[in-house]
Amino acid sequence: MAGLLLSSTEKVFIVHGVQEDFRSDGRSNIDYRPMELETDVVSHASGSARLRLANTDILVGIKTEIDTPKPDKPDMGKIEFFVDCSANATPEFEGRGGENLASSISNTMQRAYHSSQAFDLKQLCIVEGKQCWKLYVDILILECGGNLFDAVSLATKAALFNTRIPLVKALLMDGGNVDLQLSDDPYDFKFLDVGSAPLLVTLCKIGEKCVVDPSAEEESCSVISLIVGITGNSKSYCADKGASNLSDVDIKCSTISMNGPGSLAPKTLKNAIHQGIIAAKVLDDSLGQALLRERRENINSMKSSYGFLK
Amino acid sequence: MPAADLLSSQGLRLDGRRPNELRRIRCKLGVFTQPDGSAYLEQGNTKVLAAVYGPHQASKSKMSTEAVVVNCQYSMATFSTGERKNRPRGDRKSQEMSMHLRQALTAAIKTEMYPRSQIDIYIEVLQADGGTYCASVNAASLALIDAGIPLRAYVTACSASLGRRSATHEPLVDVSHIEEAADGVCLTVASLPSTGSIALLEMSNRLHMDHFNIVLTRAMQGCRDIEVILDGAVRQHLAEGWTKQDVITI
Repeated sequence: MAGLLLSSTEKVFIVHGVQEDFRSDGRSNIDYRPMELETDVVSHASGSARLRLANTDILVGIKTEIDTPKPDKPDMGKIEFFVDCSANATPEFEGRGGENLASSISNTMQRAYHSSQAFDLKQLCIVEGKQCWKLYVDILILECGGNLFDAVSLATKAALFNTRIPLVKALLMDGGNVDLQLSDDPYDFKFLDVGSAPLLVTLCKIGEKCVVDPSAEEESCSVISLIVGITGNSKSYCADKGASNLSDVDIKCSTISMNGPGSLAPKTLKNAIHQGIIAAKVLDDSLGQALLRERRENINSMKSSYGFLK
Repeated sequence: MPAADLLSSQGLRLDGRRPNELRRIRCKLGVFTQPDGSAYLEQGNTKVLAAVYGPHQASKSKMSTEAVVVNCQYSMATFSTGERKNRPRGDRKSQEMSMHLRQALTAAIKTEMYPRSQIDIYIEVLQADGGTYCASVNAASLALIDAGIPLRAYVTACSASLGRRSATHEPLVDVSHIEEAADGVCLTVASLPSTGSIALLEMSNRLHMDHFNIVLTRAMQGCRDIEVILDGAVRQHLAEGWTKQDVITI
């Protein structure tokens, strides 16, 4: 994003390549770039994850807080997204420079997680009508290398998978006021059910075809991009052997938004959404496998943590 | 009066360290590819990222014809503190920290080499457990070296406090958050250890003048020890022969 200049010849080269399903780095139109993911990077937070998708670097921290539920939704908790574009990514983000981008990403994430079929807020309820958990999802964008929305949604899902919610040890009802006592034991917690959490897939229209996971150069060649939020499959996130008996949940689309100065024909839109659904299924499956493997290693104390040191 | 509970009768601090022990420092240069220089530094549980852009053309309002303009920004992630922080930057504390960073780093950079230019240094605190200013200065020092900006000397920062055990007063080096919150004095020094000069000195709470010298000496010694660690990290990074920028990313 900082100082990206492409000549018109380079742009034509990229456009022609995409029409042939062959991109500049050898990928096909629905291939993702290699990713690195690590959870539990920030020990002060209840859950955290760091995702590196080629040049894009996202750090997500989740903090939990006890709050009163909304009066019209007494049995549901709350989730709030906050995106911060760090000046590390580009000097333009200094001060309040990155606020437009940050608010568009956080609004898209809020919309994607709004549906109860995407993320069930009922699991955050403690005492109906009086106390519930509020999750603050804080997303820190450290480097921009194209395809921010996908990286943010992947890192968020990983961080939510890693989040530990303390268990309530004692409850004192004092004439309407509830006094909670949380467990002090760091091993006394529960994990959240994030199998169906949505993943955002960005599809960039370059020429006549749509590509998944555009690099920064490819993004500058497209006039319009489509962002689809696809709910995940809980089956991939269940460690039990009985998980294979779970029926295949229907994949649902929880949000659609468009970005860019151009426009899209309805037929291209439909094809793009189908393409996004296919890509999201594969991505969700791989993410689930990687997260389960990491959790197993963590339990067996085999996991070595690197953070930013590697 | 130094808080009596900073040092136990066995001579151990609140986090189990001895009075003259620094927290474990781990660092890495060249963490990102986009900035000209970047570094990651961990000092105990405090984790800081530094990115340097420059020297590049200065904005008209900030330009100086005699020396380079050093622009710093100190930002804390919202999940970095125990209680969630609402605004990462823009509040008074962050602005004051940015000014202090600028003070320390401008003293180290050879500013006369790049007139009409600007160097941007951005600090992002990922986890705050006391000594964030010191970790920021140390990380920025590494990031400046990674960016290839000529420095007069390494600039390192260290904090020191004073503990009381029976009748003796002992200086404590590298103050952690739990010691800061215990109302003890906290003296922060940013210095250029090779020359022995002090770029910034800051103190909070009260300290009797009789004890000032020993606390200051302890902090200066801490700066020298940190310089040895940072120097070792820089040499090891160069010995590895390559940075992330040399590897072509797809």
